[in-house]
Amino acid sequence: MAFHQTKDAGGVVVVRVEGQLIVGNRQELKDLIGAALDHGERKFLIDFARTGYIDSSGLGALVSLSKRVRELGGELRLSGLNEDLRSLFELTKLDTLFAIADTPEQALANF
Amino acid sequence: MTSPLQLCVRRTPASPAPAVATRVRVRMPSDIACIEQTVSLVTRHCLAGTAATDRLRFRLQVAVAEALANAVMQGNQEMPGKSVLVEAELFLDRICVQVTDEGIGFDPTRVPEPDRPEQLTDTCGRGLFLIRKLVDEVHFNEQGNSICMTLRRR
Repeated sequence: MAFHQTKDAGGVVVVRVEGQLIVGNRQELKDLIGAALDHGERKFLIDFARTGYIDSSGLGALVSLSKRVRELGGELRLSGLNEDLRSLFELTKLDTLFAIADTPEQALANF
Repeated sequence: MTSPLQLCVRRTPASPAPAVATRVRVRMPSDIACIEQTVSLVTRHCLAGTAATDRLRFRLQVAVAEALANAVMQGNQEMPGKSVLVEAELFLDRICVQVTDEGIGFDPTRVPEPDRPEQLTDTCGRGLFLIRKLVDEVHFNEQGNSICMTLRRR
């Protein structure tokens, strides 16, 4: 499992989650986005198109990051959730907390 | 590198009930870094030789990951000398996975459901809730240090 970070032409930091987002690597994601925030980045997209599963710690990390990004005047969006992953957000009602796009292109189009 | 996991798979009938074909047993150290590998191992053996749907695989992966995280962090308090035992019984129509830690246990009826609006931004407390939503049956032993999850193959 790994996180791949890029930056699009519009200045959005795109993080692709390859593998799982779970208790064992959630801190790595928080550190990665925390470092970008420290460098002044404020727009973030986390893409799950190549993600297997997410556990509750991973969901908690996303909530924590969302709060921190918003506090600094930024925005965090999500994309690429398949039907199973999306069900986790719906069950926990976190689909109401995040802006979720089907694809990264859609998420970036009006960022 | 030698794996810290201990795996035992018994493919002969594990009980007098003819529907029981396989029993899988994995012992894992109290290390969150071992959770992903254990989930992968348990899932692979639970679904081996069956036409499992992606949905069943996903439910099994998340439920086992949650139970392991609870066992390592809440139950065993991540103490290196303690381990977590995963035992799965595979039936034709269902999978039963039991996760047992060496902690003092807890009362699952006292764990609040994280479904109130003001809890939406909580960063923890969704693990047991997700397990209950994703599997068909959940039971705990009396001590509260062992969870048994049943998923029907459908």
